[in-house]
Amino acid sequence: MTQASVTNTLNGAPGASAGTEKMAAAFKEALIAGLIALGLAFPLLTHKTVQQAEGLVLEPRWLWALIAGGVVFAGRLALRFLVWDRQITPPSMPGLVKPLAALARPLAGLRAWIGPVLLLLAVVFPFLPGADRRMLDLAILVLTYVMLGWGLNIVVGLAGLLDLGYVAFYAVGAYSFALTAQYFDLGFWTCLPIAGVLAGFWGVILGFPVLRLRGDYLAIVTLAFGEIVRIVLLNWYSFTNGPDGISGIPKPTLFGLQFKRFGENSFADYFGLEYSTLHRFIFLYFIILALALLTNYVTIRLRRLPIGRAWEALREDEVACRSLGINVTNTKLTAFAMGAMFGGFAGSFFATRQGFISPESFTFIESAIILAIVVLGGMGSQIGVAVAAVVMIGGGELVFREFDLYRMLIFGLTMVAIMVWRPRGFVAKRTPSIALGERKAISGELVREGDG
Amino acid sequence: MTEMAGDDILTVEHLTMRFGGLVAINDLSFVAKRRAITALIGPNGAGKTTVFNCITGFYKPSEGMITLRHANGGTFLLERLSDHQVSGVAHVARTFQNIRLFAGMSVLENLLIAQHRPLMRASGYTVGGILGLKHFARAEQEAVDFAVHWLDKVGLTERADDAAGDLPYGAQRRVEIARAMCTRPTLLCLDEPAAGLNPRESHELNQLLMNIRDEEGLSILLIEHDMGVVMGISDHIVVLDYGEKISDGAPEQVRADPAVIAAYLGVEDEELGEIEKEIAT
Repeated sequence: MTQASVTNTLNGAPGASAGTEKMAAAFKEALIAGLIALGLAFPLLTHKTVQQAEGLVLEPRWLWALIAGGVVFAGRLALRFLVWDRQITPPSMPGLVKPLAALARPLAGLRAWIGPVLLLLAVVFPFLPGADRRMLDLAILVLTYVMLGWGLNIVVGLAGLLDLGYVAFYAVGAYSFALTAQYFDLGFWTCLPIAGVLAGFWGVILGFPVLRLRGDYLAIVTLAFGEIVRIVLLNWYSFTNGPDGISGIPKPTLFGLQFKRFGENSFADYFGLEYSTLHRFIFLYFIILALALLTNYVTIRLRRLPIGRAWEALREDEVACRSLGINVTNTKLTAFAMGAMFGGFAGSFFATRQGFISPESFTFIESAIILAIVVLGGMGSQIGVAVAAVVMIGGGELVFREFDLYRMLIFGLTMVAIMVWRPRGFVAKRTPSIALGERKAISGELVREGDG
Repeated sequence: MTEMAGDDILTVEHLTMRFGGLVAINDLSFVAKRRAITALIGPNGAGKTTVFNCITGFYKPSEGMITLRHANGGTFLLERLSDHQVSGVAHVARTFQNIRLFAGMSVLENLLIAQHRPLMRASGYTVGGILGLKHFARAEQEAVDFAVHWLDKVGLTERADDAAGDLPYGAQRRVEIARAMCTRPTLLCLDEPAAGLNPRESHELNQLLMNIRDEEGLSILLIEHDMGVVMGISDHIVVLDYGEKISDGAPEQVRADPAVIAAYLGVEDEELGEIEKEIAT
C-alpha cells in the first residue's frame, strides 16, 4: 500500500518532486528500521516458555514480533516528520519560539528552588500518607544510590578518572562493618567511621598502581580491581564465610535505644509510642538521608577549596596542572580516597539495613548502575546525580516492576534515549566555584570529561 | 638579598636529549641573565620545545645540567626535580605552544588554580578549609586580589567570570600568561606566545612582556617565530638548528650571523661564504 502511494506521488507534479523524493527516502528508512526491529524481536519475543503438566513447552506468539516491527516503523516515520524535519527548519515557527522563551524565563528562576524543594520533600517523605513499608524501602534504596552516585561523582565527575570498580569500595565498607561487628562485637556507629577509613585506605591502595594509567586503561584496571575484591570475598571462606555470606549484622541504635517490640531499651517504650515496624524503617531512612547529605555537603565544600578546583583542573588538563605546581599523584589519590570513603559509608549502611551480606550483592552491574547515574545526571552536577538516581532506581522499581524480564532492555533503551536527547546528562552546565560578579553557568560543550 | 641585575638566573650546560636513536638536542649550553628576555629561536623541529620540556621537568634530559639560581641565593638543579616541583619549588612557570587553559572553568578559576600551593597550605591541606577557618577565607581573598591584579595587567578583568574556552584566541594567550604569572615565578618560559596573534595583539604582547621584565623584575625565556617580537624585545638570542646551538648573542649580532641566515633560508654549507660576502658589502 505504501509502495502504491509512493509511486503515485512520484508521478505527480515536477515541482513537488523534491518533497516526494524525501517522502520515499523516509519510507525506505522507516521500512529498514522496522525490518531490523522485526529481526531483533524474532528471537526475543516470538516464543515464550510455559510450564505445563508435561514439562516446559514453547508457546508461539508471532504477532508480538510483528507489532514490535510495526511500532518501530511508525515511530521512525513519526520522528522523521514530526521531530527531525522541524529541527532543520526552526525559523519556520518564530511565533512559537518567543512565547517559549518567555515561559523559560520564570522557569530559570525556579531552578534555584529545585534543590531546597527536593530536600524538604526528602525530609517530610516518611510522614507523608503514602509512605508505607514498600515505599520507605524503595526510598532507602534510592537514597543509597544517590549517596553512591555523589561519592563516585567526586572521582568521575570532578577528577575525571573513569572508575568502573566503584562497587569494590562499597563491598569493602559493607564487609568492614560486618566483620568488625562479628569479630569485635562493635555497633553500627562505631563501625561506620572504621568502614569509611578502611574503604578510603583501599582507595589509596588502588590509586597507586593506576595513577600512571589513563582513559580506557584506567577503566579496565579499576574494573579488574572490583572483580578481585568480589572474588577474594567469595573465596576466603575462613574469614568472610565465602558465598554463604555474613548474617546477624547488628541493627543501628538511636543513642542506645533499639527498635524492638519489648524490653528496657525499646524505642517505642521509651517515648511511650505504640510499637510499629515502620519506626525502624523511618530511622534507617533518616540515617541514609543524613549520610547522603553529608556526602553532598562535603563535596560542595570541597569544590570551593583548592583541592576541589585542582580535581576539576585535572579533569580539564593534566599537563597544565603539572606546569602549575600541582602534584598530580597526590591530587588523584585524594580523589580516589574521598570517593572510596563515601562508598565505604554507604556500604556499611547497606550491611546494617540488610542484616545479611554476601559477595553476590557486589557484582559489576552495581558499578555500572552507579556510573550510569553519574553520567546521566551530568558529570559533576550534584542535583543532576540525585535526579538521575531517583529516575533510574525509583522509576525502575515503580514503573517497570511488571516488565521484570525486559528490565535491562528498558534500562538500556532509556540510557540510549537520554544520551541522544541530552548527551551531557540532565544538568549539562557547570557553575564556577568562585566569581567576582555573577556566577555564569558554563556550557557543557566546553567542559571536558577528563581522559584519565 | 644580594640581587644584582645582570647575573645569571639559568645555566644550561651540555644538555643532550635522545629519544631512542633520535638526538633532539645535542650538547647545548647557554646562559639566561636575570631581569632579561632571552629568546630561543630556530627553524621548525630545531628542538626548542624539547629544551623547554627539559627545563620545566616534563622530560628528563639524557645528559647535562640545568641550574636555576634565585635572587636570594637558592640554587636548584632542575633536571633532578619533577615537573610540579619545577613550578612549585623552583618557581619556573611556563606556557604552552597549543594553549592549555582549563577551558570549562572561568578565567578567575584558572588563575586561582595557579595559586594552588599557597592556597593548599592556607586551607590546612583541606582540613581547615572544610571546617571553614577564617584564615583560609582571608588567604583566598588575597589570591583573588592577586588574580585580579594580573587580569588588570592583561586587560581582561571584565571577562573574569567567563569560561576560559569562550574567550577569543588572543585573549586566551594573555590569560595563559596571567595564569603563569599567578604562580609567582622567578623565571617565565613562554612557548610561542605570539603564534596566531594579529599585529596589534602582537604589539600589545611586546608591551606586556617588557612590563613584566621591567616592573616585576622577572627573567623571561621565550620561544618565538615572530621576528618582530624577538628582535623587538629580546636582550639575548640563542639560535638552535637540528638540536645544536648555531649562534648566541645580542639581537644585532645574531641577525647578522651567516649561520643563522643559512639555517633560516636553507642554504647549503658551500654557499655560506658567498652570503658572508654579501652581508659584508
